[in-house]
Amino acid sequence: MSKDLSKLAGIDDVLHDPETAHLMINLNKVLSRNDIPGIEIQTEELSDGVSIKMVVKEGAIIKKPVHLCLGITHTQAVQRILMDIIVEDGAKIDIFSHCIFPYGGDIKHIMNATAKIGRGANYSYIERHIHSPKGGIFIDTKTKVSLGEGARYKSDFELLRGRVGEINLDYEAECDARSVVEMTTKISGSGDDIIKTRETAYLVGEHSTGVLNSRIAVKDEARAEVYNKLVARAAYARGHVDCKEIVQGRGSAQAIPIVEVAHPKAHITHEAAIGSVDTKQLETLMARGLSEEEAVDLIVSGLLGA
Amino acid sequence: MEILKVQNLTLTLDGRKILDNLTMSVTAGRIHAIVGPNGAGKSSLAYTIMGLEGYRNIEGDIIFEGESIKGLSIDERARRGITLAWQEPARFEGLSVRQFILAAAKEKSTDAVKQALERVGLGPEYINRAVDKTLSGGERKKIELASILAMRPKLVMLDEPDSGIDVMSLENIFGAIKYLKQQGTTVLLITHSPVVMEHAEHAFLMCRGEILEDGPMEKLLPYFKGNCIPCRHKNQPELNGEFPI
Ligand SMILES: Nc1ncnc2c1ncn2[C@@H]1O[C@H](COP(=O)(O)OP(=O)(O)OP(=O)(O)O)[C@@H](O)[C@H]1O
Ligand SMILES: [Mg+2]
Repeated sequence: MSKDLSKLAGIDDVLHDPETAHLMINLNKVLSRNDIPGIEIQTEELSDGVSIKMVVKEGAIIKKPVHLCLGITHTQAVQRILMDIIVEDGAKIDIFSHCIFPYGGDIKHIMNATAKIGRGANYSYIERHIHSPKGGIFIDTKTKVSLGEGARYKSDFELLRGRVGEINLDYEAECDARSVVEMTTKISGSGDDIIKTRETAYLVGEHSTGVLNSRIAVKDEARAEVYNKLVARAAYARGHVDCKEIVQGRGSAQAIPIVEVAHPKAHITHEAAIGSVDTKQLETLMARGLSEEEAVDLIVSGLLGA
Repeated sequence: MEILKVQNLTLTLDGRKILDNLTMSVTAGRIHAIVGPNGAGKSSLAYTIMGLEGYRNIEGDIIFEGESIKGLSIDERARRGITLAWQEPARFEGLSVRQFILAAAKEKSTDAVKQALERVGLGPEYINRAVDKTLSGGERKKIELASILAMRPKLVMLDEPDSGIDVMSLENIFGAIKYLKQQGTTVLLITHSPVVMEHAEHAFLMCRGEILEDGPMEKLLPYFKGNCIPCRHKNQPELNGEFPI
């Protein structure tokens, strides 16, 4: 079972490296873990999931990414993950989270996360999903992040393999002075998938910076609703919202960008492109001999970084 | 031997005749220039030969290697051996130079990609760069040309191959064009620059949607350099006071 998960996540090597911290969970059981100096991890088994508390100690620089594997090998289950992470002042950590739900049916994965990033600390979080190609998966994930002075937070959410099912994604960050937040969401939907994403950043400290990126592709009957909100309330706060959604077949997409500036010395820009693939890109590849379908696939795979 | 024949081609966009009963014959294996002032219809002619969206509703015919290609889609024309390099090449988010060139390449290998890049004066460090806005305009043009070298087409239309290219790099571009010819590719250089025109053997002089004249490059060059004065446009007396060319 744990073999299935680690294999799908492609982290077999990582699990055997004593210098790489990892935590592997199937439904509500911790299957394996490795701790390393600089990080304290506490886990508690819940009836329907696991609560994880993680503290990265002040000034600790974690060189190798920490791997979390959150899986469900059942065909009918609810998994609730509570994750609270504190990255203390000056610490640095990269977390790579693998969410593996290979056997869809009636699967619910609910995640509630908070992150507190201290002064000058650096936290990058990658969450990559691999789902059953059959669908029947429901994902609801909420993350609230606070960034201290000069802190950095970068998140990359990726759901490109298998069917989405239904996803509700909600990331929110509040940024103190000189902190930097960058969030990216990449999701590819097909069938009757429903995608709802929300990325929000409040730039409340002077010279804070926020970038919200969304890259969504929908085909068949899939629907996407992308909500990006960027609020700048302090001098020299800078932000950019960049949303690209590609619609094929009978798919549909909506983009709701909200940019709000409440300080005369703040500045936010926003760009959105929704619809079919760019004609010039398509024609360029076709003029090199690719069929329309091959060309669209290549363009979309580039955009989604697949 | 004739590789391409354009016969009485008329293209009307928004009620305006952009190409007007245009006829031309392109000899295989040579470098041809299509020269003419801004707005002459040079790019439109190339788009029509390639069959781009919006340039397919035409009168007349386009014959490639003896067969009409008028009804073929862009990719069908490309698979017959026709391709086009845009005046302003497209940018692709997230696509690497390697993926981009491989998509076009006849020989699907990293070596082929490297060789094509080298021919346009770019080192192997470009292989993993993205074909997006992080490339300069000149770099982007060179990568476009590299993808065409890797494709080894029978006929290529290069729309202003020198635009955005610095003086030093121009030699790379002309070298690559010469190499295309050596490989047996027929080249159509679309330009309004006499410097580019000099690299052709044969030239078509285009104005107001028509080919006014064609012949050996040396013969047409002085006239083109002299701003096409006197104007040989057959419609000139009916210009209604518009300034000729
Ligand atoms: N979609 C269109 N609808 C209407 N007119 C068009 C359209 N596209 C091009 N034109 C017009 O057709 C004419 C020829 O344009 P074209 O771009 O082919 O010229 P060109 O010779 O390539 O010029 P340049 O040297 O500036 O690149 C121009 O007058 C242009 O304004
Ligand atoms: Mg042009």
